[in-house]
Amino acid sequence: MLSVTPDTMGSVTAPTGVIAAGFSPVVDESRAINGTVGDITARDPRMTARHVHVYYGDKLAINNVSLDIGKNEVIAMIGPSGCGKSTFLRCLNRMNDTIDTCRVEGEIKLDAQDIYASGLDVVPLRAQVGMVFQKPNPFPKSIYDNVAYGPRIHGLTGSKSELDGIVEQSLQKAGLWDEVKDRLDDVGTGLSGGQQQRLCIARTIAVAPEVILMDEPCSALDPIATARVEELIDELREQYTIAIVTHSMQQAARVSQRTAYFHLGELVEVGNTDDIFTNPRHRLTEDYITGRFG
Amino acid sequence: MNKSAVDQPRTIDRVNASLKQRYNRERRFRWFGLGAVLLGLLFVGLMFLNIIGNGYGAFQQTRMLLEIDYHPEVIDPAGERDPATLSSANYAALVKSALRTRYPDVAERREKRELYGMVSSGAALLLRARVMADPGLIGTRQSIWLPADDDIDMLIKGHIDRKVPESERRLSDRVIGWVEQLESTGAIERQFNLTFLTGGDSREPELAGIGGAVMGSLYTLLVTLLLSFPIGVAAALYLEEFAPRNRWTDLVEVNINNLAAVPSIVFGLLGLAVFINFFGLPRSAPLVGGMVLTLMTLPTIIIASRAALKSVPPSIREAALGIGASRMQMVFHHVLPLAMPGMLTGTIIGMAQALGETAPLLMIGMVAFIVDIPGSALDPSTVLPVQIFLWADSPERAFMEKTSAAIMVLLGFLILMNLIAVILRKRFERRW
Repeated sequence: MLSVTPDTMGSVTAPTGVIAAGFSPVVDESRAINGTVGDITARDPRMTARHVHVYYGDKLAINNVSLDIGKNEVIAMIGPSGCGKSTFLRCLNRMNDTIDTCRVEGEIKLDAQDIYASGLDVVPLRAQVGMVFQKPNPFPKSIYDNVAYGPRIHGLTGSKSELDGIVEQSLQKAGLWDEVKDRLDDVGTGLSGGQQQRLCIARTIAVAPEVILMDEPCSALDPIATARVEELIDELREQYTIAIVTHSMQQAARVSQRTAYFHLGELVEVGNTDDIFTNPRHRLTEDYITGRFG
Repeated sequence: MNKSAVDQPRTIDRVNASLKQRYNRERRFRWFGLGAVLLGLLFVGLMFLNIIGNGYGAFQQTRMLLEIDYHPEVIDPAGERDPATLSSANYAALVKSALRTRYPDVAERREKRELYGMVSSGAALLLRARVMADPGLIGTRQSIWLPADDDIDMLIKGHIDRKVPESERRLSDRVIGWVEQLESTGAIERQFNLTFLTGGDSREPELAGIGGAVMGSLYTLLVTLLLSFPIGVAAALYLEEFAPRNRWTDLVEVNINNLAAVPSIVFGLLGLAVFINFFGLPRSAPLVGGMVLTLMTLPTIIIASRAALKSVPPSIREAALGIGASRMQMVFHHVLPLAMPGMLTGTIIGMAQALGETAPLLMIGMVAFIVDIPGSALDPSTVLPVQIFLWADSPERAFMEKTSAAIMVLLGFLILMNLIAVILRKRFERRW
């Protein structure tokens, strides 16, 4: 187990052989964070990020973040608005490529394959690392076509009956099958908000990804729909690895096994969810959790 | 001395004081706006009234009922029903003999010329067509409605003033007397003029039709549509979705926007120099006309298509990319179908503009007097606006109403195309 403990202000010293997830020395003492508190590694990592920097033009948005995402776990990323958790999440499936001014440095690996290697095709990467967005965005096609789109373009099925099977399975796993099984031809955008988000989840799992990234999936939903999606995340954990960004600490506490706290583009503390919420080690984490700032 | 709180004017009083003036200003502005709209509508109404008033007459043709003797010795002396003989027979003589039978008192040559001049020269062609189609008519006697000469047509439609002294009139008293006689027996009347819609151009006003111009316009628009829609949509897609954002693409964008404002005759000159002189394509052909109009319509289509592409919400694009669609797949499976209604609307509006274009087509020669109705995009032809332009120049009185009628047809097509564009827009609004 590797860990870095907070040191005296202004400098980082770590024993040799230990990964120091340290930052460039800061002059502003109020922001003196000297390395991430807690264990950034996971026992059986699916994705590993090391020394990731993300720039929007000249502005540094993510500052030297290293983090592991373990297999079949739900890791929650929490932090105040604008702290970079969504940016970091989007690095994991290279969705930041769509933003012209964004530049990513560092190493992110999916099962030992560097996803930022030059010449790497992002299309299969995004089939392996799926994403559910904050605002439900089903395609303006039928429910069936929404779920079937991924398998179709990736050539995952041979026949129509296979495709039907995948669609049914995905909708069942997403907990939507009973509600839509007799109206699969209705347009996807005609469902309610919660149903649309579950449709997006079904669409994502139809391509059988390894990792599912969720960017505040419940922030546009009412409490009942939120509860259903959280139930769903728990069920999906058995098959998939899930990284979820959330604004709600209660949700992070309910849903995740590990939690990572981000602050102003830096990873402040990582650890088991129970430990973070009952016994945070860093001052900033404690301030956030107790609500001193949001 | 300090003012007490009571002396200070309250906000509500100050507001009320200026309220009347504010509302008066707004009311004046509203009336000005309404007045402008009404004025515009008034002028449009006057224009339509003028055009329709002048033009509706052209949809009717004065015809004369004559009994024609299909004399075999005139049509087919040899009696063999040989098509060549039938085709070249003197059918005008049949018409003349029918007129002589009707008015046996006419003897003098000048009087006879006036009598024969009452029937259009197209009557002979009509008889020829009937006999060629049915040689069994030879030897029979049939009553048939034949087109009257354009002067008679104008007389019946009331455009020739009978009160003006004879020397200043085109028609002599004698002719007017014959016409009145025919009117009283019901042997001359106005009937629906199909020739106007189906026939080709002609020097004789009563035989002239817009059929050739309409077909020419149709072929030209077809070529324009087939060329400009794919090129315009593909260019817009590339510029919007795939092109890098650098100085070169900015330059291209500025140029396209500027091209939309270039006077259309410049494209005609370009077409003349490049398509006709350099490539040697046939002059006056709808193919070349279509290519010139494509150049003219492309900026409109590209600009409208880019606006349509920009309006597709980024959430749909992200969803598609997140699933693992490639750039091409995202654009063709998701963005293009959602942007298509906007692109179609822009295309229809561009086509409506192209339909009314005259100047560039004049440059490439689609201004000739062409009698035949074009059979393909390579035959020489003219287009509707040019036909209107040519007829407007003609001296015969009858061409005046024909010009207005052709304008009515052109306006009808334009209104139809714009209506389709509006319906499409309304139907496909906010599908997501």
